Amino acid sequence: MAILQINNLHARIEEQNILKGVDLTVAAGEVHAIMGPNGSGKSTLASVLAGREEFEVTDGNVLYEGQDLLEMEPDERALEGVFLAFQYPVELPGVSMNNFLRQALNQQREYRGEEPLSAGAFLKRMKQCAAFVDLDPQLMSRAVNDGFSGGEKKRNEIFQLAMLEPRLAILDETDSGLDIDALRTVADGVNALRRNDRSFVVITHYQRLLDYIIPDAVHVMVDGRIVRSGGKELALDLEEKGYDWIREETVAV
Amino acid sequence: MSNSDKTTSLEASFVDAFEAYAGKPPPANAPMPVNGLAPLNAMQGFRRQAMERFRELGIPSRKNEAWKYTHIPEALARGFAVFTGGSIPDPGAAETAQCALAGLDAHIVVLVNGRFASEHSLIGNLPEGVAIGGLGTAASTHPDILRNHFGRYASWEEESFTALNTAFASDGLFVYVPKGKVIEKPIHVINLQKTNERLFLQPRHLLVFEGNTQAKIIDTSCALTGDATFTNAVTETFVGERAMVEMYLVQDPGNDHAVVSTTHVYQDAASTFTAATVTFTGAVVRNNLNVLPNAPHCETHLYGLFLPSGATQVDNRTLVDHAQPDCVSNELYKGVLNDRASGVFNGKVFVRQDAQRINAFQENKTIVLTNEATMNAKPELEIYADDVKCSHGATTGQLDPEALFYLRSRGMTKQQAQGMLLHAFAGDILNRISIEPLRRMLDERVTRLFGE
Ligand SMILES: Nc1ncnc2c1ncn2[C@@H]1O[C@H](COP(=O)(O)OP(=O)(O)OP(=O)(O)O)[C@@H](O)[C@H]1O
Ligand SMILES: [Mg+2]
Repeated sequence: MAILQINNLHARIEEQNILKGVDLTVAAGEVHAIMGPNGSGKSTLASVLAGREEFEVTDGNVLYEGQDLLEMEPDERALEGVFLAFQYPVELPGVSMNNFLRQALNQQREYRGEEPLSAGAFLKRMKQCAAFVDLDPQLMSRAVNDGFSGGEKKRNEIFQLAMLEPRLAILDETDSGLDIDALRTVADGVNALRRNDRSFVVITHYQRLLDYIIPDAVHVMVDGRIVRSGGKELALDLEEKGYDWIREETVAV
Repeated sequence: MSNSDKTTSLEASFVDAFEAYAGKPPPANAPMPVNGLAPLNAMQGFRRQAMERFRELGIPSRKNEAWKYTHIPEALARGFAVFTGGSIPDPGAAETAQCALAGLDAHIVVLVNGRFASEHSLIGNLPEGVAIGGLGTAASTHPDILRNHFGRYASWEEESFTALNTAFASDGLFVYVPKGKVIEKPIHVINLQKTNERLFLQPRHLLVFEGNTQAKIIDTSCALTGDATFTNAVTETFVGERAMVEMYLVQDPGNDHAVVSTTHVYQDAASTFTAATVTFTGAVVRNNLNVLPNAPHCETHLYGLFLPSGATQVDNRTLVDHAQPDCVSNELYKGVLNDRASGVFNGKVFVRQDAQRINAFQENKTIVLTNEATMNAKPELEIYADDVKCSHGATTGQLDPEALFYLRSRGMTKQQAQGMLLHAFAGDILNRISIEPLRRMLDERVTRLFGE
């Protein structure tokens, strides 16, 4: 069964139509990349999947493991295993990483009927996952994303992904703002988290990332629609020719 | 009945009470050392003048700009008997004990209805010359201190509630720390309210910290009463040269109790004064905090946290009057308003003409959780000197939806996410509280309040 099935999804914000009929199916264990020009609606799609209330879905539907995803509250989606790595992670001054992660993790465990982790086990887990994306353990005693560098914020997203073990992870431009080494580390982290019951939707502008995280499919979003899908070689074509040839072809069709 | 008629009758009831009080000595059978009028000779001279002044100034109504958002006549309309001593129900040791702070080793001063209750207080050992106790007793044990400080800082000529308090003043907290003494443990003042009728209470506190002294004061309220009270408290604080004083006021008496708390602080050269006022409940809570750094190189830190719900009104007014150069003042008040609660922050900072090289910062941030809650913020800076660094700002808004969504996307419920963000918001003030058992108690109270 597909883990994610998006049918004819339309969404708008403030009277402005952004998504204009998105169709996308992701099977369990697959990695799908979404590319596309600025403003085409990639982050909007990610936000709608994660449950941002500012966006109004005007048509279409989304099935997550066969359930109606759009009916669920954002926290319910998270507990059901949907994870969004934000393009712009939010700073939460005064909310310690430690407390934030403990609460998030224990919510998940409670939902699954498991006991909360002991302080020791939690700490161990946190250390392991931080090491996994080479995140400075010092950051754990700081407030969430507060004063983190751009790269640290991105790593922090993947770190949380590792902690929370979702079944569908949506990565919104996690690669932008990372230096070459960090990109490598983050990509290695994602690869190590790949499993046959965990799927990824990776939004990116750069083919480079897809050299490391080899996708099963690449989709191109233009003006609120997926206008072309293909294998990993599509990303290479885009890198070479830009988006214009797709736009032209789409119009021609 | 028109509003002004009502006000007049309210004032008349205080005048009547004053005549009855001033005309007679304290009851002989009073269980507490009431020390009515006689021992307070230092102030006897202006008791009647103060009452006269109160009669002229009147109970401030909403027409008075400074009291526009604090509905005093409405709060008083319930009818309160002015407490002038008489018999006080004994709160009992067990009841009193629950008002202490867990894990706090302190000099404990218990005031019952504003009167010093020696049998419930646990003052303990004090450095030589230091006095902690009741103001009534101090009138006879420390007449010089009263003569030099009582009525010097709180202006009964200008403030109606101070005039009223001064007219009736007879007891409250008295702290005297002579030159060079350091009080290691905090002084914890527990204000117990215990009554079977609606009482108007008027504690009067005098705190004198001479040069090179150090002390920390915690003032908490603890309502054991079944009936409502209205407290009109006045505190005068003298902070001597290079003295370092911290004052924490925790207001959580329950929503049946109204409070007007007026504090005047006089700072001498190079002294440091820090105050934090934390308000949870109260029918109406009005805090007037006035600081006069009247010599160079003073430092003043004023913090506030107000978290009212229900229909509680919290009105915080501060005044820092920089009359002298080379001082620093720093003020941060934060609020979270729930339900129909209302908040006011009015912070005045004056920098007088010769007060050069002043650094004065003031900030107020409020989060409004409902459409019915209202906030009025008015930071005021008046600068007459030219070489100063001053800033002020006030923001009122909702919780950041981006932050809420971020937390919810990690599995936190709306309630949890909100609680976490509010707790972080309040933490900014709580983390400045240097007495750990107090900080912990407040932190737990905040956690319970926001249901994290
Ligand atoms: N909160 C909002 N209010 C108004 N318009 C919005 C809002 N969020 C997004 N939009 C608009 O929706 C369109 C799509 O934005 P979106 O962020 O989804 O694009 P994107 O494909 O992720 O772009 P990028 O590659 O630059 O990240 C843009 O025109 C954007 O201005
Ligand atoms: Mg985007």
